[in-house]
Amino acid sequence: MKSYPLSIRPYGIRAVLVEWPNEVDEEILEDILQFYQYLKYHCLKKTGWEMIPAYNSLTLVQNNNLVDFKTFSTKLKKWYGEKSGTVPEQRYLWRLPVCYDLDFGIDLEDVSKKLRLSVPEIIEQHTAHVYRVYGIGFLPGFMYLGGLSESLEIPRKATPRLKVAKGAVGLAGKQTGIYPQESPGGWNIIGNCPVSIFNAKEEGPCLVSVGDQIQFYSISRAEYDLHKIEGEVGIYKVEKLEIDA
Amino acid sequence: MLKLLKSGFYTSVQDRGRFGYRDKGVPVSGAMDNYALETANRLLENDENAAVLEITMTGPTFEFEENTFIVLTGASMSVTLNNQPITNYKVHKIVSGDILSYGRLENGFRSYLAIKDGFKTEKVLGSRSHTKSITDSTYLKDRSEISYEPCDAFVPKISEIKINAYFDETVLEVAKGPEFGMLENRQLEKVFGGDFSVAKENNRMAYQLKETIDGHDKSMLTSATLPGTVQLTPVGKLIILMKDGQTTGGYPRILQLTDDAISILAQKKLGDIVSFKLIAP
Repeated sequence: MKSYPLSIRPYGIRAVLVEWPNEVDEEILEDILQFYQYLKYHCLKKTGWEMIPAYNSLTLVQNNNLVDFKTFSTKLKKWYGEKSGTVPEQRYLWRLPVCYDLDFGIDLEDVSKKLRLSVPEIIEQHTAHVYRVYGIGFLPGFMYLGGLSESLEIPRKATPRLKVAKGAVGLAGKQTGIYPQESPGGWNIIGNCPVSIFNAKEEGPCLVSVGDQIQFYSISRAEYDLHKIEGEVGIYKVEKLEIDA
Repeated sequence: MLKLLKSGFYTSVQDRGRFGYRDKGVPVSGAMDNYALETANRLLENDENAAVLEITMTGPTFEFEENTFIVLTGASMSVTLNNQPITNYKVHKIVSGDILSYGRLENGFRSYLAIKDGFKTEKVLGSRSHTKSITDSTYLKDRSEISYEPCDAFVPKISEIKINAYFDETVLEVAKGPEFGMLENRQLEKVFGGDFSVAKENNRMAYQLKETIDGHDKSMLTSATLPGTVQLTPVGKLIILMKDGQTTGGYPRILQLTDDAISILAQKKLGDIVSFKLIAP
């Protein structure tokens, strides 16, 4: 794997920001996650560290102590040089059902008009691609997905909605994603996913990790209702496949 | 049990916060004024992570069902214990049946009620802090009951302290944020050259400032944000993320408040004045 020129900068008195070149790129993400892995298991054993990967950056936060930037950034550079050969954590491809019924896809007809694609074409293109999780943030369990087909790029709505339903699947710019909870939002809503991505009551509260992949598949309204009930009683099994590193 | 006879404007359970889940988008939460939380728990010789109640702007009325000891810190809210005024930063003995009642806000914005050994509400992801979509409720409603361990005897090492008033402090100490370097001279002069006032959009997630500076058209990829991060929006608005703030964002992060500055800001309300002072890295 190639080595990137890193920018290491202080972020206040208890955090450090490490940045890779300013691009959305799978190889950069892989490099970040490999470094994350190496730091987690070999370097930052002291408690209180948290690491937040997102797109082209890795933020390291020390919750208990202040960070001496000079010493720490020198160490980070050294560790970055040592990380090659680190085996990344097992990643998964999650296959998530989406019901593109017009009851859920409240902007489908509008999106269809603006993109000059029929509703079946939109569904076909949305489900054809495998998306990469570049970050999780904004809301607990909200995934920033990369890899949307250019033909589905549509600006976010001029006026955001005050309420977007939990599970709503949306399009905005180069992004697609799922609202993990009811919230205000400006994305164009094309369907709903009955699977809960985030559940605070679980010890591992979020199904998905940064670096995982997502693929959607279309389900009928009846299947949606069934999965919803299965989810509520805890017998729904999400389909996941191991990805070879 | 502590019975909430009357809820105030916004009262929630808070500890130091919820750590270890930022990479899943879970906000840190915890007491907005961490200094007040620490001081209260230290006086009661509690674990530093013991849960307290954070009482915002107007206070509630409580009834204690068991004996215990309490400390009030943070904002002063003309509190009475069985109709007798009591003071902040002092250990008070509580007897079963006592009524604690909060009155008018005298200074600051957030008051803290700490109890011997902390409140024993449910922990979610390692913390008792109320957080939207993480805990079942996000604040305490009328007639809520909150459990605590009774305590009959406690001789505090220090029963009262005088604190330096920080409610009058308007200077927020900041370090450079990751995108500090994008600021041009005109923007720097505005940021460090004058006063800002707290806008009406201020809550546990973020404080917006009323005055704006020159905007920008820099776009950046979404990246981590922290409590105390000052974001600059394209139209030149400054947004200071607080304890329930989102864990990632796409606006440039120009400044980062120190922990003390977050506590100072947590005691500000609509219209209050603040200014920024850069500290040496």
